Amino acid sequence: MAENETIYLDYAATTPVDPRVVEAMLPYFTEKFGNPNSLYALGREAYRALEDARERVARGLGANNPNEVIFTSGGTESDTTALLGIMQRSAPRGGHLIVSAFEHHAVLEPAHYLEKHHYEVTVLKPREDGHIHPDDLRAAMREDTKLVSVMHANNEIGTIQPIRELADVAHEGGALMHTDAAQSLGKIPFDVNELGIDAASFSSHKIYGPKGFGALYLRQRTPFEPLMRGGGQEFKKRSGTQNVPGAVGFATALEIMLEEQPAEMERLAGLRDRIIDGVTSALPNTQATVTGDPRLPNIASMLINGVEGEAMLLQLDNKGIAVSTGSACSSGSLEPSHVLLAVGCPPEIAHGSLRLTIGRFTTAENIDYFLEVFPPIVERLRSMSPVYQKMFGSAS
Amino acid sequence: MLYSDKVMDHFNNPRNVGVIDDADGIGEVGNPVCGDMMKITIKVDDGDHINDIKFQTLGCGAAIATSSIVTELAKGMTLADAAAISKQQVADELGGLPPAKMHCSVLATDGLKVAVDDYLKKHGREPISGEIKTSDPNFDPHADEDEPHDHDEACEL
Repeated sequence: MAENETIYLDYAATTPVDPRVVEAMLPYFTEKFGNPNSLYALGREAYRALEDARERVARGLGANNPNEVIFTSGGTESDTTALLGIMQRSAPRGGHLIVSAFEHHAVLEPAHYLEKHHYEVTVLKPREDGHIHPDDLRAAMREDTKLVSVMHANNEIGTIQPIRELADVAHEGGALMHTDAAQSLGKIPFDVNELGIDAASFSSHKIYGPKGFGALYLRQRTPFEPLMRGGGQEFKKRSGTQNVPGAVGFATALEIMLEEQPAEMERLAGLRDRIIDGVTSALPNTQATVTGDPRLPNIASMLINGVEGEAMLLQLDNKGIAVSTGSACSSGSLEPSHVLLAVGCPPEIAHGSLRLTIGRFTTAENIDYFLEVFPPIVERLRSMSPVYQKMFGSAS
Repeated sequence: MLYSDKVMDHFNNPRNVGVIDDADGIGEVGNPVCGDMMKITIKVDDGDHINDIKFQTLGCGAAIATSSIVTELAKGMTLADAAAISKQQVADELGGLPPAKMHCSVLATDGLKVAVDDYLKKHGREPISGEIKTSDPNFDPHADEDEPHDHDEACEL
């Protein structure tokens, strides 16, 4: 392993842009730079590229019509506008919204905002296996429930939610269904009609596309109040001159993901299992955060008891390895990850969480290097702890 | 959030790690529920000087670095001077701490104060640091799984 090479194991945070995506985007910065809303040739050229990208994305999502795809600035904007836009239009004077407890903050915060503005919100807890159960949703449904938002796959523990069943429960109760698919898009089969959803959020930089770009799927005739108002672009649902290179990049990135999906996901699942087996067999008092399927193939979430997550992260960084943790200290707050707490993980255990997420450029050699350097890091930190022996038995 | 080079140095190469088996004073502060816990052991000579000090810390980079620097500062000090080390002094010695990490320097100075008071009490003398919440030595992570965790309040510093 080269001394200064970074081993990037945080693909759920972001991904490098695939060189094929960069190549597809490049002409739209300097040559084909027109405003897609301009009528002259340069504008029409950009318009065609934009609409071509929309059609490709719509095809990738299984959408009935390209105009169900609204381009946005990313996952957070898509989530925010889905929640605010649907709730404000379908229940202008207030109504009931259900979100899961382990949603991304891009869903939880708009839900809290709505709660402060005469809407009522139920936060639905996942079961300890990391899944939202349709029966639990059924029990939470109310007569005035307008929208249910449950993520397709969790970004920290990787569990895949039964969106089809949840959507059926929502629809039986007269509510609409939104899913945040930022982590799942391109990694597992995703089809808006098979999932039966009304709205979904996507992010380009999670699939080797550029940052600052994403999409909101909005099924035709879904009530929606735009957040961004202005020139009426994106079918009057999201004003602002469109990011043409972003759209081209996102469409290209999605096509590559879908084309490579079956073989790549099998490869990644193998590497993920190699990580979890390697860590749990080398170190006592370690475990996979969840083992139940279905799970995303690229997320290895583990609990390393008796060690604080940020300390592990920094020590791995010293070795050139980039990972993530759900410990409080990495978040700048005093609370560990809300996802881990939601699946019943006690705080003192959640502080020792470690998340490795792998992707297109991860090799078996990368994983072997991680497995070589990681156990001594944990052993050293545990030996410095005043409570490890007391809490977890003999120090390793 | 960025750590200074000095924080990283003390985190990567912590000074005075360990436990003094025949310690004259012991300070244990923090709580695993909050993610950080520290134990300081000291040896004190006849002139009230700390002539040996060791620490163990479970916690993040800042918690380990502040523990390390506080032992370095306190070594050789009188008990009164050691107990007067402030969290700001610890942070300044480290070339600053991110605002969210200032509570780590409180943990380190509290641990030292508790160790000093422990020594004083054992010798029938008045403690000098006042009330500091010490950690529960019998903490059992599995004891209260059915109880709601009140860590919001417990972890506030």
